[in-house]
Amino acid sequence: MFPACRYSLQARKCIRALKVVQAEHVAPQVYSTRCSSSTVPRITTHYTVYPRDKDPRWEGVEMERFADEADVVIVGGGPAGLSAAIRLKQLANQHEKELRVCVVEKASQIGAHTLSGACLEATALNELIPDWKERGAPLNTPVTEDKFSILTEKYRIPVPILPGLPMNNHGNYLVRLGNFVRWLGEQAEELGVELYPGYAAAEVLFHEDGSVKGIATNDVGIGKDGSPKDVFERGMELHAKVTLFGEGCHGHLAKQLYKQFNLRENCEPQTYAIGLKELWVIDEKKWRPGRAEHSVGWPLNRNTYGGSFLYHLNEGEPLVALGFVVGLDYTNPYLSPFREFQRWKHHPSLMSTLEGGNRIAYGARALNEGGFQSIPKLTFPGGMLIGCSPHTHTHNKSAFFTFLLTIVYSALFSFQSFVSFHSPAPICKELTVASQRAPSCLSRQFLDRISFGVGLDSAQLKPAKDCAPIEYPKPDGKISFDLLSSVALSGTNHEHDQPPHLTLKDDSVPVAQNLAVYDGPEQRFCPAGVYEYVPLETGDGMRLQINAQNCVHCKTCDIKDPSQNINWVVPEGSGGPAYNGM
Amino acid sequence: MHRSSEVKHVASYLNTRGCECFGQPCESHCPVLTDRTIHVQLKTFIKIRVKPDRTGVVTDGVKHSMNPFCEIAVEEAIKLKEKKLVKEVVAVSCGPQQVQETIRTALAMGADRGIHVEVSGKDYETLGPLQVSKIFAALAKKEQADLIILGKQAIDDDCNQTGQMTAALLDWPQGTFASEMTLEADKLKVVREVDGGLETIKIKLPAVVTADLRLNTPRYATLPNIMKAKKKKIANVKPADLGVDVCSRLEVLKVDEPPQRQAGVKVETVDDLVGKLKEAGRV
Repeated sequence: MFPACRYSLQARKCIRALKVVQAEHVAPQVYSTRCSSSTVPRITTHYTVYPRDKDPRWEGVEMERFADEADVVIVGGGPAGLSAAIRLKQLANQHEKELRVCVVEKASQIGAHTLSGACLEATALNELIPDWKERGAPLNTPVTEDKFSILTEKYRIPVPILPGLPMNNHGNYLVRLGNFVRWLGEQAEELGVELYPGYAAAEVLFHEDGSVKGIATNDVGIGKDGSPKDVFERGMELHAKVTLFGEGCHGHLAKQLYKQFNLRENCEPQTYAIGLKELWVIDEKKWRPGRAEHSVGWPLNRNTYGGSFLYHLNEGEPLVALGFVVGLDYTNPYLSPFREFQRWKHHPSLMSTLEGGNRIAYGARALNEGGFQSIPKLTFPGGMLIGCSPHTHTHNKSAFFTFLLTIVYSALFSFQSFVSFHSPAPICKELTVASQRAPSCLSRQFLDRISFGVGLDSAQLKPAKDCAPIEYPKPDGKISFDLLSSVALSGTNHEHDQPPHLTLKDDSVPVAQNLAVYDGPEQRFCPAGVYEYVPLETGDGMRLQINAQNCVHCKTCDIKDPSQNINWVVPEGSGGPAYNGM
Repeated sequence: MHRSSEVKHVASYLNTRGCECFGQPCESHCPVLTDRTIHVQLKTFIKIRVKPDRTGVVTDGVKHSMNPFCEIAVEEAIKLKEKKLVKEVVAVSCGPQQVQETIRTALAMGADRGIHVEVSGKDYETLGPLQVSKIFAALAKKEQADLIILGKQAIDDDCNQTGQMTAALLDWPQGTFASEMTLEADKLKVVREVDGGLETIKIKLPAVVTADLRLNTPRYATLPNIMKAKKKKIANVKPADLGVDVCSRLEVLKVDEPPQRQAGVKVETVDDLVGKLKEAGRV
């Protein structure tokens, strides 16, 4: 059943030790040999940058993988992936056919990496699981009040919300999406979907003809320096007739697929925003369950896209979900989305709600902002992209998507291989209406964007010398907080002895480019304090320190790095934030 | 405590309780993370908070996982089986439905079968080492186990009692805080980590061993093994079937967060220090 090891563990260790002694002079050095002028401390050790077949430390290590077959493999146990799994199983049961559906999810449990506002429109859920209420779906807070404001430094200008406008949320539900996703997971398991949380899809597998064969999960037991540990185990391969990729915004496998299949050649580049969110237990007197508040304006200036949300949830205790969104096409490298979020909370209209309250959770995630024109081609031989992976807002929840899934299903049962399928241009109301990003429709930038299109977010930063540093107020520890205590609340952690999963194509670029030209913007846009420029031990110059353990998997660095040198790859499964109902 | 200067945050931890393994020899779940040596890194980083009614902590939605010391115990048992020194490894856990997942992880690591002792609701909230050890003692007799390996303590309650109590109830010898364990015919040589150093003892089987951090490095439960584990059996048992009363003799009066750490004060001279100590009534 298992690939037989050529050598026992001890023998392998011996051979390895011998090889290291013999080949020490060609073993990867402490200092990177890639840069030309100065010696740069080695940062990246991941095998996607330093392939293992050329690495003497990996000689003799058994690299064969165990493979298994399924009908459908879904990457990502979020709303998109789980809804797809549920729908497929429903169709299979309806037609009395056997269908093996496997979902792999990098979080240690379903819902642990889910973060959203969120305001849910239940139309699609009504279609998918009509008796969701009886089944206990955690949609406990119907929206009863919509408030929209434009904020200035001291004042709040209310904007009336008329029915028909996108920000009118009546009929929608305020949810803790993580709990909803967990419930979806339970529904999926009941239908017989195989859920595997704690296992990340690390690699896409291809047939000889170039179509997608399936995925391989991450290897485990690789040390920080890239060498194999005693507990090294290869990931496994999951082959499928169709592979669905629901990794969420800016998925790392989706990135590969764009290139592989040229999925973005006929659309505008995707633009993104970063959303930061906290959960607060507030004073009961200030609690208004069912109220959805949104704002634009302060503290962002006219040229920076973004806004806020504050939802009063009705879940037994006076809980509010609040957050701040900053468009990642901002130009000032001194801008820190985290600190904009913290200082927004000090607005007088906010202080009245938050005073006397307690923060209980924090997290962040990048989100798609591009709109209709940024949607790439969704299908390719062997699979398709679902959810936020390719496009905005409504993940799995569009009629178009159900249509596609039915195609997937019939393809499976007509025993045709799922060859390139050209999807008709979807004119779906849900796809164009902003359900969760209320601020966007009013903002001028959004209107500009849909008419003229913008280039890549990473290319928007201006050099630091042309921009003014922003003076952020110090956190007061009651309403606003420092970065590290916030990261602690996200519950994030990773196995420390593994190669950093924030890989750099070139270790010398951060200091030579990012720091020199843009004053190291990654120190500011990362909502988890992963990137730090620290003085070199030798005293002269700086180096980039990557605190990979703090990463909350938001993907902002991959998006916003002006040198596009950072490539986020998936760490060992189960690592990452431990969000609880975010 | 962190060795690495890179890890920036420190947080409290939560781990599953009542995850105990039985075996022949068996393993037990050990709580994780010893706070005894500086070589240990804090592992689980979930922030816990006290329930509004102060009767306990919020566990809803918090990930429950195998106690890290218990992982080490499971690993030790599997190792014994791989050396062909034991015939069968049985993983046992006491708790509600979700502990089945933890038992599956043990099965994926190599245990042969599992036993789920169902304890849920109010009973589960008050389940403590005494009840668990009574359950284990009863199961050990029923299964005719020769060796029970548990984690030295659970990282959620830090009791460090179950192994010892189980041994006492069964009147079996115990080797606690084991950092090394060798089976020699029907005797077990155990190297124990004690405050003064290392103590080596020889105990006769049947015995109870509790695992400490340095006993081994647990293997990963790989996905193919998790898939295979779905086919392995997990028997369901109720405490009443074993003749055990899980009623607790302890009543939790209240649970509070630790007090906020106050800022320190820097003093310039020794006289200042003495003055401040006198002010605080400490001298």
